[in-house]
Amino acid sequence: MTYMIKGNTGDWEVVMGLEIHAQVSSNAKLFSGAATTFGADPNEQVSLVDAAMPGMLPVVNKECVRQGVRTGLAMGCEINLKSVFARKNYFYADLPQGYQISQFEEPIVKRGKVTIDLEDGSTKEIGVERLHLEQDAGKSIHDQHPTQSYIDLNRSGVCLMEIVSDPDMRSPEEAAAYVSKIRSIVRCIGSCDGNMAEGSMRADVNVSVRKPGDEYGTRCEIKNLNSLRFMKQAIEFEAKRQVQILEEGGSIDQETRLFDTAKGITRSMRSKEDAHDYRYFPDPDLLPVILEQAWVDELAADLPELPDVKKNRFISDFGLPAYDAGVLTAETENSAYYEQAVDAGGDPKLTANWVISELFGRLNKADMSITDSPVTPENLGQLVGLIKDDTISGKIAKDVFDDMFSTGKMAKDIVEEKGLKQITDTGAIEAIIDDLIANNPGQVEQYRGGNEKLIGWFVGQTMKASQGKANPGVVNKILKEKLAG
Amino acid sequence: MSLDKNTVAKIAKLARIRVPEEELEPLAGELNTIIGFVEQLGEVDTDGVEPMTSAIEHEMFQRDDVVSDGGYPDRVLANSEHANMGFFTVPKVVE
Repeated sequence: MTYMIKGNTGDWEVVMGLEIHAQVSSNAKLFSGAATTFGADPNEQVSLVDAAMPGMLPVVNKECVRQGVRTGLAMGCEINLKSVFARKNYFYADLPQGYQISQFEEPIVKRGKVTIDLEDGSTKEIGVERLHLEQDAGKSIHDQHPTQSYIDLNRSGVCLMEIVSDPDMRSPEEAAAYVSKIRSIVRCIGSCDGNMAEGSMRADVNVSVRKPGDEYGTRCEIKNLNSLRFMKQAIEFEAKRQVQILEEGGSIDQETRLFDTAKGITRSMRSKEDAHDYRYFPDPDLLPVILEQAWVDELAADLPELPDVKKNRFISDFGLPAYDAGVLTAETENSAYYEQAVDAGGDPKLTANWVISELFGRLNKADMSITDSPVTPENLGQLVGLIKDDTISGKIAKDVFDDMFSTGKMAKDIVEEKGLKQITDTGAIEAIIDDLIANNPGQVEQYRGGNEKLIGWFVGQTMKASQGKANPGVVNKILKEKLAG
Repeated sequence: MSLDKNTVAKIAKLARIRVPEEELEPLAGELNTIIGFVEQLGEVDTDGVEPMTSAIEHEMFQRDDVVSDGGYPDRVLANSEHANMGFFTVPKVVE
């Protein structure tokens, strides 16, 4: 399925490249010893380095370098054994240094690619141009005072990984799938918590449009999108805006734009009109970052199983459909839960169904995450085990699961306490059926007269009399024998 | 390389330094003298020479990832004339 914007002059293709900013999960900042935790009181986590007091010198944090390299390796990128920090100069109230320490000509990571999973089950490769380390800026708050902006420097100096893609995406869905995949990778290896709501991950999207086959059009950059839903809305609006301008004979100004989430539109950020004149130069306060190949190899060997590898393993070892495998491996917590449940229950396909349709459904409704699930993986595995060895029917299992979810009790205990064990004892089922046949001579006669559909009614009555506990397979078999006369 | 008046005005704007119109021309002259002085370095043959990053060969020291600084908003804000509720304040920046 190709995504196109319908214009008056025909179809327009949308071209997107993304810059993702992912905050490195480190205790301290990139160049200072101040803390990085979210939600502290204003300017509580600021060192004199972060506030750019005269004479302060940056000292790089080992962990930030390590996580940048690991993330590059996880995206199949080349690692630059020598990279250089540079100053990106611009003036803004929440940037006390007057420049951001970033990497320009020699980033720590270059050239790789990630595979994105699309809704129709297909995949696509997206090129990764580079990953570099840089400082975050402070935060400006504009709604506290009629004539002043308030500045909090807690974020100033926090380490970000900027991950730059090739212009390989062609629809809002592909852009969202790319962000999801990057998020899934950084969460899997623990280099970033991927929390978009708290700003640990956000994306700038470069959007341009062209007639299929033409050269790339002039692009606009939409800044700071922090949810996939807003990102898709922003791309759609921006692409349509550009098509309209071009079809009316106008041209696109290369500029930075902001997405207004309340109005659903993008608008120009005037303050950024000089934004492309950054006058980069190597930071004289910092030496190049020199890495040993042996150390990089060690980091590569220690990476956990990555989401794509895990997905393929779930398909081949557990026989899961690609879609289910994708859902279960998108989040490390989900795949860990699933694997523990399989260990306990033993039936991978049945377990996948229970995790995806029942557990995720209930967690969603209760607005809970899988790590808060009142049903432990061992307990879900136990339930699957009970279904598998015919102790309970799938139907009863749903009631048991409801109980497990609201009380946290073990499946076996609930089945025991409530007497829900399936009756597989043929004697007990035969007694129910004999009773039924004796009390309903009319139906028996009709069935024997050729109305075989009535078997369903007999099954229903038997299940009812057993309070749902009779094994349906056994019931069917005995009914057929007895009704045959 | 030589700077004209307009380039000087642009650099001044990017650095947020207000330069009166009549000073732009003399400033361009001064800057060109400095650039001309530095450009003498162009006479040196640097083919195949890596850019020098330090006078002595040594690797950059890397810090351990421990919180060892911060927690003193009063010191951070000490030089700010208009701090309020723990924030720096600036004339409103409207986006």
